Amino acid sequence: MQPVETSVVDALRDGDEETFRRLVKEYGPSMLRVARMYVSSRAVAEEVVQEAWLAVVNGIGAFEGRSSLKTWIFRILTNIAKTRGQREGRSIPFSAVVGDESEPAVDPERFLGEDSRFPGHWAAPPRGWGPEDRLLAAETMAVVEDAIAALPASQAIVITMRDVEGFDAEEARNALDISETNQRVLLHRARSKVRQALEDYLG
Amino acid sequence: MKLFRRDMACRELVEVITDYLEGTMPARDRRRLERHLTACDGCTAYLEQMRETISLTGRLREKDVPPELEDRLLAAFRGWKS
Repeated sequence: MQPVETSVVDALRDGDEETFRRLVKEYGPSMLRVARMYVSSRAVAEEVVQEAWLAVVNGIGAFEGRSSLKTWIFRILTNIAKTRGQREGRSIPFSAVVGDESEPAVDPERFLGEDSRFPGHWAAPPRGWGPEDRLLAAETMAVVEDAIAALPASQAIVITMRDVEGFDAEEARNALDISETNQRVLLHRARSKVRQALEDYLG
Repeated sequence: MKLFRRDMACRELVEVITDYLEGTMPARDRRRLERHLTACDGCTAYLEQMRETISLTGRLREKDVPPELEDRLLAAFRGWKS
């Protein structure tokens, strides 16, 4: 464990409220958003987060620092969220093998065919998205939010951890207990679809 | 140009762009991709759109948990402590 982390873990073991509050502020919003991907409502997601924190303080005595505290907390969270989602009759994310079933990043129709002079090159190339204020408008953000909500759960969870909450690849795959390749394939599919939704809207 | 160093097609680039952005691409493929970018406005725009997509997605991040949830968590923590 990093020295800083050791002191955080020790403080938590001692029941230090300020440390707990700080951790809740730091990880709480991400936990809520991730939990929401597994369960049916915001209210249930809040219950999952509460249950996860109880499991964290109850388990902190046994925390050995083999992963980072953050990874450990999110492992607990996703396990609880998964169980809860299952009980609600939702399908379990990451239960299916990430196959190589064809899911192209871009509609194949947008590329030139094999009989053209430049097969596989853009027939309908993407263009710039224009001014910043349009990109940052609330409507554009709603497009991103809706596109993520429309993704299969595993893709939604990975893009949320990586691109919304800023986990690095290693943190995300450890918290979710998935392989490096699966993490990357799911991220790729998710980002490609969100990009497409933005292009449809802005293009 | 030799056959085995064929230029990357745009259709291929859009499938490996995440590997490229993640830095998990072998150096040779990376050079091939970058060589393609220098000559292709469509793919340059695509890469830029991908970067903008990532940065916009990051703006969804919320900074706070709802205060009543925070209160509930703190109450639970105090209960656990005692």
